[in-house]
Amino acid sequence: MRSKVLGTLVAAALAAVSTLSAEAADRIKIGFISTLSGPSAALGVDIRDGFQLAVKMAGGKVGGLPAEVLVGDDQFKPEVGRQLAEKNVRLDKVNFLTGMVFSNIMLASVPVAFESKVIYVSPNAAPSPFAGKQCNPYLFVASWPNDAYHEAAGQHATNRGYKNAYLIAPNYQAGKDSLTGFKRFYKGNVAAEVYTQLGQLDYSAELAQVRAAKPDALYIFLPGGMGINFIKQFVAAGLSKDVPLIVPGFGSDQDIIRPVGDAMLGLFDTAHWAPDFDNAANRKFVAAFEKEYKRIPSVFAAQGYDAALLIDAAVRDVKGKVEDVEAVRKAMKAARFESVRGAFKFNRNQMPIQNYYLRVVARDNQGRLVNKTIGTIFKDHGDAYVQECEMK
Amino acid sequence: MSWILILEQSLNGLQFGLMLFLLAAGLTLVFGIMDMINLAHGSLYMLGAFLASTFVQLTGSFLAGVLLAIPATAVLGMLLEVSILRTLYTRDHLSQVLATFALILIINELVRLVWGSDAALPMPAALSGPVELLPGLRYPAYRLVIIGVGLAVALVLYLLVAKTRVGMLVRAGASNREMALAMGVDIKLLFTLVFGAGAALCAVAGSMLAPLLAVQVGMGENILILAFVVIVIGGIGSIRGALVGAVLVGVVDTIGRAFLPILLGAFFQPRVASAAGPALASVMIYLIMAVVLYFRPQGLFPARG
Repeated sequence: MRSKVLGTLVAAALAAVSTLSAEAADRIKIGFISTLSGPSAALGVDIRDGFQLAVKMAGGKVGGLPAEVLVGDDQFKPEVGRQLAEKNVRLDKVNFLTGMVFSNIMLASVPVAFESKVIYVSPNAAPSPFAGKQCNPYLFVASWPNDAYHEAAGQHATNRGYKNAYLIAPNYQAGKDSLTGFKRFYKGNVAAEVYTQLGQLDYSAELAQVRAAKPDALYIFLPGGMGINFIKQFVAAGLSKDVPLIVPGFGSDQDIIRPVGDAMLGLFDTAHWAPDFDNAANRKFVAAFEKEYKRIPSVFAAQGYDAALLIDAAVRDVKGKVEDVEAVRKAMKAARFESVRGAFKFNRNQMPIQNYYLRVVARDNQGRLVNKTIGTIFKDHGDAYVQECEMK
Repeated sequence: MSWILILEQSLNGLQFGLMLFLLAAGLTLVFGIMDMINLAHGSLYMLGAFLASTFVQLTGSFLAGVLLAIPATAVLGMLLEVSILRTLYTRDHLSQVLATFALILIINELVRLVWGSDAALPMPAALSGPVELLPGLRYPAYRLVIIGVGLAVALVLYLLVAKTRVGMLVRAGASNREMALAMGVDIKLLFTLVFGAGAALCAVAGSMLAPLLAVQVGMGENILILAFVVIVIGGIGSIRGALVGAVLVGVVDTIGRAFLPILLGAFFQPRVASAAGPALASVMIYLIMAVVLYFRPQGLFPARG
């Protein structure tokens, strides 16, 4: 009995000391680095707008504290991304880092944050090394593991009974992750697996090969400007009539629909979110986004918004004591916020376990082209690398 | 591997090669006649595309927009020559490289200030579909137009250089600058004209390629490297060399991208082939350049005897 009282006293004293050492901050600084120029700028702009919208809707606050979001453009260059990360972490002393679209830029930049125990909240890229062996306590993924959309697309191709699929992806980490993911759940034959240069804009040679191979499905992972150019050239070559195209969710989202137009109608894709999701958080988000920016949000916008909500919830749960990184991590893992995608939870490697859906590009009641949800492909789906992660 | 596929890939290679030729033609003349390395040549290509985008939006017609962009870029090119580049002719190549590299950065930022980081230049709707060339071969109409424009410009350029008095002066300048000077050629005016013509060719390439690719800051830098490869292969100062070199680079690059992975697949495991194919394809043109340099250091068609 005595020892129990003593123990409680000691614990209380320790708690008091730790409260003293971790004063509540009076403001939150967030470094936001993204691709905001060049052919893939639309992705970074959507993430930024989604993120800023969440901050704005909370009255310029994150977790109840006035927030300062430092926005930087990585210009689609890993070295620029890394420089910005170094500036944000070492000079600006940000509390959180977020924003990056592309895996190669993220792989180059986030070690800067990890070294200084600054949490990076990914609103998009989640390369497979970070899901497995190199999983990191300071990385939280608010979107989905790199392979997941592609695994869902592979499952969709299997469900459809495609027997001979042709695969194209850019030659970089996420490109390799994508085709690996697709093949993990696709049971048919792979006609060819083609890797193009990252940032390539002319696909005449690849399209001619596709025409000659006569596959019964074509799967492409070409984010941003690459996908816009590919689909436009695919249509111009007259291939859209012969070969069904399957894409991951962002491969036929608003940033691609806007420039390509009606040729997108009827295209199937897979994603963890769609603007028509019927939950309170999503209805509020979609309405506010359309009002603020006069356009329909893409998955990127939804991911940016969720990333901000995740940080917001964690800061709120630790009562603003962001200096205590361990407490912030714990609060983040709990993810106590209403995500626009519906319920999800974090895996051991701090990547989401969630549902993935089949979507199709159709017209909404105003005649606009938009992705509509037509089915669930995976329920509570994690990733294939988590066993290799030694983090508890 | 059917012959239709080979034909289609050859057309793709020809299309790419002809656009490279438009860039390389101006570059090779400037390099050959003025002995000037102009890295900012790619910036003129970019300016051409941005100007075309603006003019197409203003006039509402693709053709009118492109036709306005060409003289506008030529004028900008001549202004650049008169104001800045002229003072660099007597300097060594290192100074020229440094100064024109600085120009790339300056022009990039100026374009960013005026237009933003990118602009839209949509394909004319009438040309956005395919054309059936042969049974089983449907080819994008717009790429055919590009091939047509490229061939027409090449022909006009050939007639200009081979059959006219100005062309004769250009050839004289390229083969022996000092002698041309000694014979009383107004070399200053000639230089400005050649520079303007090079800029106009850049604008043709930039505005024709823009609907296929993208109008963005920095679009000239990657293609400039290829243009230099072309003139090194073709021989500096030679229009004929630029044409042959450009088509060679275009076809080799396209064929390499299309067939190398298949070819490697016959010898290696698919995993190795799909990884090595694209890597090898992207160095093919540099391998060709190295081979040409080894056997014919002056290029395939040297302008100087």
